[in-house]
Amino acid sequence: MIYDFFFKLTNSNFLADLIQSLLPLFIFILPFALFAVLFERKVSAHMQDRLGPMRVGYHGILQTVADILKLVQKEDIIPTLADKPLFNIAPVLVFAGSYLAFAAIPFSSAFIGSNIDLGIIFIIAASGFVVAGILMAGWSSNNKYSLLGAMRSAAQIISYEIPTVLVVLSVIMITGTTNLLTLSEMQTGHFWNWMIFGGPVMGIAKFIFIPIMIINFVIIYISTLAEVNRTPFDIPEAESELVSGYHTEYSGMKFAMFFLSEYANMFAVSAIVAALFLGGYQSPIGYLGNLFGVHWLIPIEQFFWFTAKGIFFVFVQMWLRWTLPRLRVDQLMALCWKYLIPIAFVNLLIIGLITVL
Amino acid sequence: MLIEFGKVFVFLSVAVVFVIIAIIAARFIRPARPTHEKMLTYECGENPIGTPWVKFNIRFYVVALIFLIFDVEVVLLIPWALVYKGFGIGGFLVGAIFLFMLGLGMAYEWRKGDLEWVKPKVILPTLRKEPVEIKEDVAA
Repeated sequence: MIYDFFFKLTNSNFLADLIQSLLPLFIFILPFALFAVLFERKVSAHMQDRLGPMRVGYHGILQTVADILKLVQKEDIIPTLADKPLFNIAPVLVFAGSYLAFAAIPFSSAFIGSNIDLGIIFIIAASGFVVAGILMAGWSSNNKYSLLGAMRSAAQIISYEIPTVLVVLSVIMITGTTNLLTLSEMQTGHFWNWMIFGGPVMGIAKFIFIPIMIINFVIIYISTLAEVNRTPFDIPEAESELVSGYHTEYSGMKFAMFFLSEYANMFAVSAIVAALFLGGYQSPIGYLGNLFGVHWLIPIEQFFWFTAKGIFFVFVQMWLRWTLPRLRVDQLMALCWKYLIPIAFVNLLIIGLITVL
Repeated sequence: MLIEFGKVFVFLSVAVVFVIIAIIAARFIRPARPTHEKMLTYECGENPIGTPWVKFNIRFYVVALIFLIFDVEVVLLIPWALVYKGFGIGGFLVGAIFLFMLGLGMAYEWRKGDLEWVKPKVILPTLRKEPVEIKEDVAA
């Protein structure tokens, strides 16, 4: 584990822990946000037959750096009518909520912030922070757009949490564990051991599980998409009706924090889907480290596979943004309560019945 | 050696400190020239009319209530999902009965129209208008 490595290096519990909790932030979230913002602009541009940012650096690769330099220099405006303490706490809460999820995400077998037994349940619970932060931001801004955006966002996030948890529950029922590291280890071998193909189950049960788990995968992907307020489900920040939702009044560094946590969340939910259904950090084709007998290479390869799966799902999120139109609020609620939840319920019962037989 | 949740606490502290440091660091770089117009609430250039802190649509409250019911149910199901295999078919039936009763509750909400976003038409219980036919085959 990476913690033991730093412990040997520094010979101090506290320093080792501090370093390993800074790692996801500095080697992952910040570079990922830099990459993802440019990636999103490029993907959307090419899907609309445009070029996107082209001026800063070769094909605009330094565009995000320029944007951040601009954002740092922006004035930080707190409206006179706003509720100042809440207005300042909200970005902290939103970022803390999305960063807490990274504590339990298994990037590779050697790189997991905190190997808690309640891993997946903890991540779902930590996302509750985000709802509180969003509501706080919307309420304290004293702006009609912000409040509307925050209310819609909260209603959407909590509604879609139910199908997510029901699907997670069905995965727990098959594997019997909530520890994400154990869960990823169970999906070792080749890709037919991934949960989307029924997991490490033998015999006829596996063939019954395959269609059920594919349906479950679709359900959890749709509902995590709604939880991060991405398009088809972006009525909380619908640009054409609410200016930009709950962070309308924020500017400068506080806005940057909301933006950062949004991108961190996009990766976090993709990572959860990948860890639960697509084998986590397991490679689909075997490891080069095993082939050449170099053992320290394996965790690095696992990190590569995990990031690749996560970024692929982030790409699908961007793809969907330019493919599907925005859902109306009643369609949004109907999709969640009348389709996803009943289907997830039935799947849960079928899986329960098969696993005890 | 820190326990695993201690590491989670360090993560939380790092996140909070990072945001605070970033906001304070930006304060040394950014300008601060507040004017009256800048500090107004932004409503696309119009002067804001009234406060947004008014009574809100009751739908959001109903959604929150239904969510609360389902979330409590899920919290109850998580320990069951971890151990039910040890009790065989009986362990499964306990959870299934619980889920079935929840399904009944959800069917009730659905019928009452609480899952509808647009306010549904209220179905009041009414007395039947047409006269009840009296069976006459008793005479034979």
